Amino acid sequence: MKNEEVRMTTKDIIKPENLVYQKPEIMNDVPMHYCPGCSHGVVHKLVAEVIEEMGMQDKTVGIAPVGCAVFAYNYLDIDWEEAAHGRAPALATAVKRLRPDRLVFTYQGDGDLAAIGTAETVHACNRGESIAIIFINNGIYGMTGGQMAPTTLEGMKTATCPYGRDVKLNGYPLKITNILKELEGTRYITRQSVHTAAAVRKAKKAIRKAFENSMEDKGTSVVEIVSTCASGWKLDPVQANEWMEKNMFPAYPLGDLKNVE
Amino acid sequence: MAKVRGAVVVNNERCKGCELCVAACPSDVLAMSKHVNAKGYNYAYMANEEACTGCANCAVVCPDGCITVYRTKVNG
Amino acid sequence: MFTFPLVYSFTYYSFTKIKKIMNEEIKLMKGNEAIAHAAIRCGCDGYFGYPITPQSEVLETLALEKPWETTGMVVLQAESEVAAINMVYGGAGTGKKVMTSSSSPGISLKQEGISYLAGSELPSLIVNIVRGGPGLGTIQPSQADYFQTVKGGGHGDYRLIALAPASVQEMADFVGLGFDLAFKYNNPVMILSDGIIGQMMEKVVLPPFRPRMTEEEITEKCPWAAVGKPAGRKRNVITSLELDASLMEQNNHRFQKKYRLIEENEVRYEEIECEDAEYLLIAFGSSARICQKSVEIARSHGIKLGLLRPITLWPFPSKIINRYADKVKAMLSVELNAGQMVEDVRLAVNGKVKVEHYGRLGGIVFTPDEIVGAVEKMRNEE
Repeated sequence: MKNEEVRMTTKDIIKPENLVYQKPEIMNDVPMHYCPGCSHGVVHKLVAEVIEEMGMQDKTVGIAPVGCAVFAYNYLDIDWEEAAHGRAPALATAVKRLRPDRLVFTYQGDGDLAAIGTAETVHACNRGESIAIIFINNGIYGMTGGQMAPTTLEGMKTATCPYGRDVKLNGYPLKITNILKELEGTRYITRQSVHTAAAVRKAKKAIRKAFENSMEDKGTSVVEIVSTCASGWKLDPVQANEWMEKNMFPAYPLGDLKNVE
Repeated sequence: MAKVRGAVVVNNERCKGCELCVAACPSDVLAMSKHVNAKGYNYAYMANEEACTGCANCAVVCPDGCITVYRTKVNG
Repeated sequence: MFTFPLVYSFTYYSFTKIKKIMNEEIKLMKGNEAIAHAAIRCGCDGYFGYPITPQSEVLETLALEKPWETTGMVVLQAESEVAAINMVYGGAGTGKKVMTSSSSPGISLKQEGISYLAGSELPSLIVNIVRGGPGLGTIQPSQADYFQTVKGGGHGDYRLIALAPASVQEMADFVGLGFDLAFKYNNPVMILSDGIIGQMMEKVVLPPFRPRMTEEEITEKCPWAAVGKPAGRKRNVITSLELDASLMEQNNHRFQKKYRLIEENEVRYEEIECEDAEYLLIAFGSSARICQKSVEIARSHGIKLGLLRPITLWPFPSKIINRYADKVKAMLSVELNAGQMVEDVRLAVNGKVKVEHYGRLGGIVFTPDEIVGAVEKMRNEE
């Protein structure tokens, strides 16, 4: 039968019945504004896949942040509200309280969630709002051109700490999920990444769990995705993944921080 | 013994040439084209078609959702 | 000054009004409490607040009434005024009837959110029980937030519909009216009051119960609401962002067109003893109540004084004020501030007659006699 294998061409394989992976339908067919290799695209895709697999498109309200993901509403075919900088958890609180049967999630970066929006984040988590928070931590302000974020690593160079983050001047990298896990209102706090196919698959499971918690009224779930910002870090996307593994993961180790069953 | 063969279709115009798929491929199937798309990006393509197992790792890590994966079993 | 509410209540309510009240349930309560009760009764879906004097009774009354057990209304004490207004934004974006209340420093904090509400065209109600400023200022009554209410307050070219109640009854009535206007024009509405009306106890007939909007009604009234995208409709996105300048200009033109429509349709005011007036007081809210007594005193002195009370501060009753400018000798804008509404009165009058301002600042309230004195001074200067 060896001949059959040899005869089979790529063209023979590309048939509808052999389809094993394509982008989710909920992901709109428009080019995204993100830089090449940006983790946002992967996480958007995961959110879309989970909503699609849960059959929740007609029940989902997403809250977009201010930051690179401000245009998330252009890319996922669901209803959205675009929040003021940092206020997404406040919006999500009201949406979920007023519409408890909806799947409500926020999608926020590190500046949005852990700097200007710290109060809203902490208090939404402390009240145990049954919302899911997707938290992209790449240690930098991407949208505004690579300034220091609360999560910027010690010594890491950005536009506003060009000689490296000096903790005497700028304080320490804020491990906000470590704080959130201490709050009684949080149900599930996990730190994931999307740098390899295996990591992406794990991150997807985490998002699914967070979304299920929202629907089962189990309190707040936070999925931190330790991410790359190739442009902000001034590396190519593959190097950025390597840099992240070497530098970000020791500061932000992956895994579940809290999982109340 | 059944062997698995795969194939991927890259949306050339959507590809931004980040090369994450190339790095994610366990079988060294993908490479970057010498040609560029309308936006000026070198796009990914199957340079080594025979080696593809359709594992979909490339598509899973693709930030722009431009890879579609097909897989079939071949008796070998 | 503590006698004037009684005087006011006799002159304010006409006989037929009193008769109507007799047949209904009359309650005695503070203005702030009336707002809370009215909110429950007019089918409000959610209130998001934060304590600040002199308006905390709104949140306290709601917490005591537990409307979540009766009408299903959500009541939540937020972590800050900023969070509260953004909860209003979040809730309003899903087509729900939501509100917040605060006092001046808290309203300053809310201004960003209010601008977003205006920019996203979300119906919503914001109550400001003004206190003296600037800064932390004082908890005593003031009208120094006129500018931040009618001239924007937050960033961008936008307008709030601003209602200025002059009694506890109007505090109750304007909640329902405010929501109606908000949903009619997809625009935030502000009730601008102060510590006098907010804290004063007065008789009030609460509005009848209106059920909360059903999902069907929301879908019909708010087809733009972000509630979950069913198959077959485009996704709804609540946003004020538009990076394409030409589209952003179009959005702004749309807002302005709406504002012109509101100016055309929604001007509200009250004329008291204006018909034969030679001098006209212009005053809103608590100042108007005091001015009403001043009109009485002045007329007993032989001065033909009238009072025009703007009920909507925006849209401002410019046309009627302009008409009176042809009849009267001078106007006096009486405000608990250093002279804010007087600018709009002057714009309305457009130089036809003298317009002066009389005010007290920092939480001090004028007496009716003081205002009469100011009118007499204005007469003598002619």
